[in-house]
Amino acid sequence: MEYFLELSSSGLVRGSIYALIALGYTMVYGIIQLINFAHGEIYMIGAFVALIVSGVLTIYGFSGVSILILAALIAAIYAAAYGYTLEKIAYRPLRNAPRLSPLISAIGMSLFLQNYVLLAQTPDFLPFPALIPDFDFMEPIAHIMGSPELVILVTSAVSMVALTVLIKYTRIGKAMRATQQDMTMARLVGVNVDNVISMTFIIGSVLAAIGGVLVGSYIGQINFYIGFMAGVKAFTAAVLGGIGNIPGAVLGALVLGLTEAYAAGYISSAYEDVFAFGVLVLILILRPSGLLGKAVKLKV
Amino acid sequence: MLNNVKQSVLIALWFVFLTFPLLVVKVNTLKNIVEWRWLNMLWVAIGAFVLSIIWRWAMAQRQLKNKKAEIGEEELVKPGIGQRLLEDPKIFKPTLAVIALATLVFPLVVDIYQTNIMVLALIFVVLGLGLNVTVGLAGLLDLGYVAFFAVGAYTYGVLNSFFGFGFWISLPIGGLMGALFGIALGFPILRLRGDYLAIVTLGFGSIAKIVIENWEEVFNGAKGIANIPRPGFFGAEMTITAATTYTYYLMILMVIFAIFITNRLKDSRIGRAWMALREDEIACVAMGVDMAKTKLGAYAFGAFWAGLAGVIFASRNTYINPNSFTFMESALVLSIVVMGGMGSIVGVIIAALVLILMPEYLRAFAEYRMLMFGAVMVLMMIFRPEGLIANVRRKYTGRKVTTEGANV
Repeated sequence: MEYFLELSSSGLVRGSIYALIALGYTMVYGIIQLINFAHGEIYMIGAFVALIVSGVLTIYGFSGVSILILAALIAAIYAAAYGYTLEKIAYRPLRNAPRLSPLISAIGMSLFLQNYVLLAQTPDFLPFPALIPDFDFMEPIAHIMGSPELVILVTSAVSMVALTVLIKYTRIGKAMRATQQDMTMARLVGVNVDNVISMTFIIGSVLAAIGGVLVGSYIGQINFYIGFMAGVKAFTAAVLGGIGNIPGAVLGALVLGLTEAYAAGYISSAYEDVFAFGVLVLILILRPSGLLGKAVKLKV
Repeated sequence: MLNNVKQSVLIALWFVFLTFPLLVVKVNTLKNIVEWRWLNMLWVAIGAFVLSIIWRWAMAQRQLKNKKAEIGEEELVKPGIGQRLLEDPKIFKPTLAVIALATLVFPLVVDIYQTNIMVLALIFVVLGLGLNVTVGLAGLLDLGYVAFFAVGAYTYGVLNSFFGFGFWISLPIGGLMGALFGIALGFPILRLRGDYLAIVTLGFGSIAKIVIENWEEVFNGAKGIANIPRPGFFGAEMTITAATTYTYYLMILMVIFAIFITNRLKDSRIGRAWMALREDEIACVAMGVDMAKTKLGAYAFGAFWAGLAGVIFASRNTYINPNSFTFMESALVLSIVVMGGMGSIVGVIIAALVLILMPEYLRAFAEYRMLMFGAVMVLMMIFRPEGLIANVRRKYTGRKVTTEGANV
């Protein structure tokens, strides 16, 4: 039973990280029907910036929570900047191109960013400082869920609530929903669609960067390649939940995280990715529009 | 112009900001020192400024072209040099003769190392031609193409190490296994649209690698399979040089075979069905094309070539392990197809040769290879989506009826 709880907690942690990244995918997909393949790279860049900032701050004598907050803040700013630039360079010129073009452009960007970090920094794994402090009150259940896990769960939950509020109750959120429904119509009623799309990339990137900082601090090491697999998994989660659907992405991510944790714990950790993709294929066969997605009728 | 410069300065500053933490700062967390690489900042500033000026100019050109095309002043697809080469027999025949001669004497004038690299490049030509069918003709984005390549290579490796099968028996089996896997993987994803397809094929690609890596009993895990024999020639004993040369000629034959088949297929009934499916699935199905059969055909056909190439790859290296079959290889083949011009055979061949040979001969370039690939893929999509050599669609024209009637 305890083993089960342990696995569940690690599955939930994984799931919430996937959810943070998956939200970026699903929001972008909802608006411009593009798989932003480079999104995983934004997450990786977020983690790298956080690592560098915390390294510099440690050397200059900062300590504890101030490092965590500053690192996360700067990582989020940089991720947003990268996301914004990415969209402007690689996707905006292809707004009206055939659908394969932006996808290939996205794969190209993903390769480019990976190798940019590889060349600019290092191909090796870098040790990531444990930024999240240990809380005393978590001591009794630390073997099931430690403080880093708690922080990850709480931060993800808060981010998701914030995102929901942003989309439901703010002006830009309204504009985003309008653009998602019908881009032409939104433009006609005076929504600046380009700005809305940029904003979507920025929000998605910030969430991914938060995920990157949390993962780095949780796992303890990062390299230039972490974004690729995380991106694929997060996209899988988004598809699982029904792409374009925000609660769906969170649900899909949690399902995926738990599946992986149980598969790794009870069957074999070597095959956890196989199970993750197996679930994806299964769900796509049974429910091609995902868990919460609505079936889209093709119109001619 | 002044405005352009001002904008470019701003963009350069923006990129200096963007690249600052990654390119300028380098932290050594073990020794607790920060390395400040200020010189990089200067390079970024200059590079971004120059690139931005070029970018703005290119964008303006692109807009101008689009506008002209809209008004109809300029035909959208002009027959380029490549196309003229192919169609004008006066240029085409001598060029072909020169190329044929060059390929024939190539292994005789260069050393074994060069021949070996050329064999690798030719393997990628075959891979490119195969994926060209799936992606270029049928429009099914396959990001796990390397899985079929691995199927072919491991078919030979396993058959040889367990049952002692030779190259020539394994070659067709490898191809068929590839095709079989293509169909098997194609089935569950028939109903998926482009983007879902991409992610599922990507998943299959990584599953294939994981299975190979972890199934020790059959695939020997991460250690890989060694001592795979080179292709035999009626049991004759050959030195390594002779065997390499022989493999080279085999590869040439195979490339010619692949070109012939894909070229003929392009104009066949199923080839036209693939292109129709790519352009508009609903309309295509409405016209009575069997979607399932056509799509599976495209998968199987593309995978078949990957299987064949895999067998040859295994025999060329005499050693295979899972690391030869990563997503990077899939991306490499995909960029070959994209750069070559989707659906264009000549383009794919040129792109494969360039992309494989360039890093081999420009060692300094090798480090930046993937970076360049990524950038080229993006730029290609923006400025030249039709590829190096555009695939100009064949126009079916009837014979001209002359009024005199006699000279037809």
